[in-house]
Amino acid sequence: MSTAISFAIPKSTPRRPPPAREAGVVLWLRRNLFSSAYNTVFTVLALWALFVTIPDFIVWAFIEAVWWTEDPQACRDASGACWAVVVEKHRVMLFGTFPYEEHWRGVIAIALIVGMAIASAFKRFWSYWLFVAWLGVTAAVLVLLLGGVFGLTPTGTHQWGGLPLTLLMFVGTVVGGMPLAVFLALGRRSRLPAIKAMCIGFIEIVRGVPLITVLFMASLTFPLFMPEGVTINKFLRAQIGMILFFAAYAAEIVRGGLQAIPRGQYEAADAIGLSYWQKTNRIILPQALRIVLPALMNDVIRAFKNTTFVSIIGLFDVLGATATALEDPLWVLFALEAYTFIFVLYFVFCFSMSKYSEHVERDLSKGRNL
Amino acid sequence: MAETLNVGSSGERPPKRSWFGLTEIWNNVGFRNLAYQVLVVGSVLAVAVFMVSNAQDAMERRGISTGFGFLFQEAGFDIGEGLIAFQSTDSFLRAYATAVLNTLKVSVLAIVFATLLGVMLGIARLSSNILISKLSSAYVEVFRNTPQLVQIIFWYTVMTQLPPPKQALSMMDVAFLTNRGFIVPWPADNPAYSWMGVTFVVACIAAVMLLRWADARRRVTGQRIRVFWLNTALLVVAPLVTWIAFGAPTEVSVPELKGFNFVGGLALSPEFLALLLGLSLYIAAFIAEIVRSGIQSVGKGQIEAARAINLTRGDTYRKVILPQALRVIVPPAGAQYVSLVKNSSLGVAIGYPELFNVNNTIITLSGHTVEAIGMMMAIYLSIAFAIAAIINLYNRTVQIKER
Repeated sequence: MSTAISFAIPKSTPRRPPPAREAGVVLWLRRNLFSSAYNTVFTVLALWALFVTIPDFIVWAFIEAVWWTEDPQACRDASGACWAVVVEKHRVMLFGTFPYEEHWRGVIAIALIVGMAIASAFKRFWSYWLFVAWLGVTAAVLVLLLGGVFGLTPTGTHQWGGLPLTLLMFVGTVVGGMPLAVFLALGRRSRLPAIKAMCIGFIEIVRGVPLITVLFMASLTFPLFMPEGVTINKFLRAQIGMILFFAAYAAEIVRGGLQAIPRGQYEAADAIGLSYWQKTNRIILPQALRIVLPALMNDVIRAFKNTTFVSIIGLFDVLGATATALEDPLWVLFALEAYTFIFVLYFVFCFSMSKYSEHVERDLSKGRNL
Repeated sequence: MAETLNVGSSGERPPKRSWFGLTEIWNNVGFRNLAYQVLVVGSVLAVAVFMVSNAQDAMERRGISTGFGFLFQEAGFDIGEGLIAFQSTDSFLRAYATAVLNTLKVSVLAIVFATLLGVMLGIARLSSNILISKLSSAYVEVFRNTPQLVQIIFWYTVMTQLPPPKQALSMMDVAFLTNRGFIVPWPADNPAYSWMGVTFVVACIAAVMLLRWADARRRVTGQRIRVFWLNTALLVVAPLVTWIAFGAPTEVSVPELKGFNFVGGLALSPEFLALLLGLSLYIAAFIAEIVRSGIQSVGKGQIEAARAINLTRGDTYRKVILPQALRVIVPPAGAQYVSLVKNSSLGVAIGYPELFNVNNTIITLSGHTVEAIGMMMAIYLSIAFAIAAIINLYNRTVQIKER
């Protein structure tokens, strides 16, 4: 018997639109901008502030701006921004004192590092080989920047500058600082009192003083402590200072991760007879680093921002190179535009890293009951 | 045989002895731990001794004397600005004092501004008003994701591009913004003001003691004594009385354009302003994030419960949200303050005479590199530890009291 009895109305009635006050733009405005007297006041104030600043800014930055000229006088005559200074000086700002004909090597170095960073962002590439690839890229970048082989003109580290220097300093800081940070964190939680005390001392002292003093020590006083005749080049000294500073901060974050691992994990590893390093490598660190990854990303972003500090001790990173470019008396009047440009440049790098770190954080907390 | 006793009663064979028992010693955890530590500490010490002896050799070769005696020698350089007077005939020690005060001046002001701005931005980010919250999050993203040094140099560039004093941007003809700095009217110098400061500090101490007494009294008798208004009155009245006692000076020094520059008033140098802006606007973005996450950490149930017992909006914030949010906010905010003070050393890039900058001059002029760096490190460390100690003390008052 397959006679089906249906009480359903065969044709659905057409959907009626909600009342005008409860839908669309009006509702959105009422909810988001004018929900109370306070909010109305705030909205009006904010709109007024935007109205006062934005049009003037647009006129200055775009409408009246000079984009392309080789004559600084044309910029002086204009009432808007002089972006021509960026066009005129971009080679110095991006490559510093690197020989002009060799800038293509710098471009390839930038492309390699940025490309590698983008590739590392994909989870599917996260493996042991990624680390090997980074080592390869670093070697390639060093060959490109140092020259002397494959018919490349030798260029010493004193000639390095601009974005390649900034990026290399950044990669070196993170790659060199991360293992040191892990060792310091483990040392700080060690049961061996002498090692623990040394790690605590190092971490607290480095964290208690400004980065610039660490760099200053590394660049100016370190040579004093070396035997006579032994010199380490300036770039490497700054790199060592950056690594030590980064490691001290990252160590505290890693320590947080180590502390967050339940005691049972340590005890279980002991119970199945793992040695200290087996326990650390295979049980504790994989879990701990996973927990602290978002926090570590913040430190990595800070390391990128901190590369600007090397300009104070006389290296020509993007900031230092820009300052050099602005020593030209013809263009010094337009320093504001030049600094705005590198402001945006740094923002692009840091903002993408920060957005990526938020993504990773969401991704890692997926499936965890928080 | 004594050794066999160690093996235990399970009837195993005793392990083979080899290398005259060295393996056994090496397998002894206590010995091994000691060996590792001796090895690490020994090598660190060896490197340290090696480096120090190198430094001593180098200094002997250059004929540099060591010791802190140089602190009392004549400095021979000028410092552009300072809270205390400094001339080139003063000692290096006084130069340090001037520099530390400059560092503290800009840091304390920046901490106050950063906190006020950061708290406002943090609350604004959570506003239901979409315009306010988007604007505030745009601010946070822009200022958090650019290097502080670039920001400081940017502000300094803005300052140097302001018009010269003759065409100064005037604010109602009493305050002027020029490329020589920001010149504002300021009460004329009078001993009354420093005494007002002293009485204010005394009043603060008295107020704290009064609070403690009231609290102790409440615990004993259960009687609640409201000292809030009394304290407020104390803090206002005491300095006011001092002011009147000194004849109520009302003279204000107003800046005036004379020749090519302004005379009178208080001139805030472009270097100071740029550093102040750079430090406070950057840290404010971080404080905003900390405040936002602090407020968000308070459970929704807490706020619903507060509504359910009919607390007003203000009371909900003051008595329910704030005390719980502070527990999350205070420790990271303290770390930001320490970072702010340390980054005041970036003043060197724009020529503000703070500790790091002045220390560089001192090294150049005195030649006492190691001692000067030691001094500087010690001062920065003590400032950092002092802030950490204050924050910890405060943190203890906001943490959950478990009994």
